[in-house]
Amino acid sequence: MTTATRTIEELANREYQYGFVTDVDAETVPKGLSEEVVRLISEKKREPAWLLEWRLKAYRTWLTMTEPTWQNVRYPSIDYQDIIYYSAPKKRPTLNSLDEVDPEIRATFEKLGIPLEEQKLLAGVAVDAVFDSVSVATTFRTKLAELGIIFCSFSEAVQEHPDLVRKYLGTVVPYSDNFFATLNSAVFSDGSFAYIPKGVRCPMELSTYFRINARNTGQFERTLLIAEEGAHVSYLEGCTAPMRDENQLHAAVVELVALDNATIKYSTIQNWYPGDKQGKGGIFNFVTKRGKAAGVNSKITWTQVETGSAITWKYPGCILQGDNSIGEFYSVATTNNWQQADTGTKMIHIGRNTKSTIVSKGISAGHGQNTYRGMVKIGKQAQGARNYSQCDSLLIGDQCGAHTFPYLEIKNTSARVEHEASTSKIDEDQIFYCRQRGLSTEDAVNLIVSGFCREVFRELPMEFAVEAQKLLSVSLEGSVG
Amino acid sequence: MTMLDIHNLHVRVGGKPILQGIDLCVNAGEVHAIMGPNGSGKSTLARALSGHPDYQVTEGEVSYEGRDLLAMDPEARAREGVFMAFQYPVEIPGVNNAYFLKAALNAIRKHRGQEELDAIEFMALMREKATLLEIDPGMLTRSVNEGFSGGEKKRNEIFQMAVLEPKLAILDETDSGLDIDALKLVANGVNRMRSLARAIIVVTHYQRLLDYIVPDVVHVLSGGRIVKSGDRALALELEDRGYGWLEPEAAAAAPAEKA
Repeated sequence: MTTATRTIEELANREYQYGFVTDVDAETVPKGLSEEVVRLISEKKREPAWLLEWRLKAYRTWLTMTEPTWQNVRYPSIDYQDIIYYSAPKKRPTLNSLDEVDPEIRATFEKLGIPLEEQKLLAGVAVDAVFDSVSVATTFRTKLAELGIIFCSFSEAVQEHPDLVRKYLGTVVPYSDNFFATLNSAVFSDGSFAYIPKGVRCPMELSTYFRINARNTGQFERTLLIAEEGAHVSYLEGCTAPMRDENQLHAAVVELVALDNATIKYSTIQNWYPGDKQGKGGIFNFVTKRGKAAGVNSKITWTQVETGSAITWKYPGCILQGDNSIGEFYSVATTNNWQQADTGTKMIHIGRNTKSTIVSKGISAGHGQNTYRGMVKIGKQAQGARNYSQCDSLLIGDQCGAHTFPYLEIKNTSARVEHEASTSKIDEDQIFYCRQRGLSTEDAVNLIVSGFCREVFRELPMEFAVEAQKLLSVSLEGSVG
Repeated sequence: MTMLDIHNLHVRVGGKPILQGIDLCVNAGEVHAIMGPNGSGKSTLARALSGHPDYQVTEGEVSYEGRDLLAMDPEARAREGVFMAFQYPVEIPGVNNAYFLKAALNAIRKHRGQEELDAIEFMALMREKATLLEIDPGMLTRSVNEGFSGGEKKRNEIFQMAVLEPKLAILDETDSGLDIDALKLVANGVNRMRSLARAIIVVTHYQRLLDYIVPDVVHVLSGGRIVKSGDRALALELEDRGYGWLEPEAAAAAPAEKA
C-alpha cells in the first residue's frame, strides 16, 4: 500500500466532530403519527384554526401516498410510527434576551462554534438557531426590524404575522407536493421565517443553525422566505446532529418567493451525522426546497455544500415564472464511507427569456454513491429560455460510484439548452506531484478537491466558503487509493 | 562537498528491473548531465531519487547531505531541498498556480523553521522570479498546468524551481517538446540557478540542451548502468556517433541475465 493510500484511509477514518449530545430536559409528544399528534403539535404551538386545518389536510393526503422508490439510494424501510414528531427543550426560552437561553443549549452552540451571543457575532451575521424543533434565539432582530425586515422563528411568525404566513405558506411547495413534503406539512414543528420589504437590501447575511439533539426524533423544520419587489437577501443555513446508532429522519421544506426585481441567495452547509465507517446510523435527509422567481427580473440562487447525512435526497429548484427571471444552482455533494446522495435541481422555465445555470460537483470516496439528478423543463410560453448545466464527478478510490441522470423537457423551439458532464479521478500522479513540492498527502488531496469545487465555493459568502472548505477536508479524511 | 552519493542502486518498476547498479557522486556546485538512449533508465533514476511510489528500490544506498535519502517520504525529500522538474508536469484543475506554489513554499519553510510568507510577501517574491525568468505574470493566476502548452508547462517547472530554491535540482527531460526559443528560456533560467551551494542533475536524451546548460560531468546510461562518464566532450561525441557504439560496452558491463 502506498503512503498516499494509507493517509487517505486515516483521513477517511476521522471521527465526526459534532457528535456530542446535550442533556436538556425535553418536552416531547408520544411516539407515532396520528391525527391526535397533529392536533397536539398545533395546540402546543397555539396555532390558529386555519393552520390546523392545513396540517390535517396534509396529514390525510399523506395517508394516501406511498414513499418514493425512484431515487438511486438504498435504505431500510422507515417505521413512521416509531418516530417522535415533536420535541422541545422544556425550559421554554423567552426570546427577548439571549441571557435567558438555557446555558446547556448555549454551551452546545458554542461547541459548534456558532456565534450565538451578539458580541461574538461575526459582523453582519444574524442567527436564528433551531434546536430540535424549537427556535431558541434570534439575534440582531431589533436592528433588522428598523428596516422593516422580519426575521424570526416560524412559530413566532404564525403568532405575529399570520397574514403573511397564510398568504405564502404552501404557494411554492403545496401540502400535497410529495411524500416527505406532505409529511412535513402535517407535523412541521418550527423553522425560520424571513420577510424583506419592498426595495430593502438586507444589510447582513441571515443565518439559521439547525441541530437535532434528542434521540428518536425527526426534525421537520419549515422555512419561508419572501423578498418583496426590489428586495435583496442572502440567507445561510448550517446543520449538525449528534452521533446515534439508529437513523434519524430529517424532512424539511423550504419555500422562497421572489417578487419583481428581487434577489434571493440561499446557501446551505449540511453536515448532519453521516453514520459510522460501517454505515451504521446517520441522518436520512429528505428535503424539499423550491423557490419561485415570481416577478420579472427576479433571481434565485441555491448554493449547497452537502457533506453529511447517511442519505441525502434533495433537489432545490426554481420556478422561473417572471419574464427575464434567473435561477441558479451550485452544488458540492460528497459521499464517503457508506453515504449515499441523490441530489440535483429542477429548473422550470415558464416566463420569457428566463435563464438557468446548474453547476454540480459530486465527490465520491470510500463506498460512497453519488447521484446527480436534474430536470430542466422549458414550457411552451418560455420564449428565448436558456439553460447551461455542468455536472462533474470526482472519484477517490475504486469502491465508490458516480451517477448522472439529467432530464430535459423542452416545449419551445427557441430554447437553448447545454449540458456538459465529466468524470475524473484523483490519481497518484497528482498526489505525487504535490508531495514532490513539499505538501503532505492530506494537503494534496484537500488541494485537489478544493480546486475541483472552486466554481461552487466562490458562490458562497466569504465566511462560509472557508468553513465549507474545512468541512470538506474533514469529511474526506482518509479517502485516496 | 558531496551532496549526493549513490551506491549500487537497483530499481524496479512494476516488478521489472530497470536500474542495475548505479554509482554516482554529485558535489555541491556541480552540474551533471545524465544521457542515454530511450529505455536506458534515465528518468527512472530521476523519479527514484524523488521518491515516486511506483519506483521500488531493491538494492543500494543513496546518501543526501550525509543522510539516508531512501528512508525519506517524497515530501520530506522536497522539504530537505530535493526538487524534480517533471517530464510530464501534472495538471491540477481549479487550483491557482500561485496558491499552489505558496502552499509548497510555506510547507518547506515551516519544515526548516523559517517563518511562513504571507500573501503580500509571497506575491513580491513571485513577481521578482517571474521577471527574472521572463514568465508572463498571467500564467501565475491560471490553474496549475491546466491548458498550458508543452513549453509553458516546462517553464512553469523551472519557475517553481526558482521560487522553491532547492539544494538539489533534478531536471527530467525538461528539453523534450521545446522549440529553440523555449529551450533557451528554460536554459537561461537553469543557468541563473547555478551556484556553489546547489547541485543540478540534467536528464536529457539530446545534447542540444547542453549547448546552453554546460555540464561539468556527463554520464551515459545504458541497460540500467552508467557505462561511460566524461566531460562535455563526451556529449558532443554522442551527438556525432549516437549511442550505438556504447552498446557493446553496456552489454559487457551488465551482468548476465539469470535464467
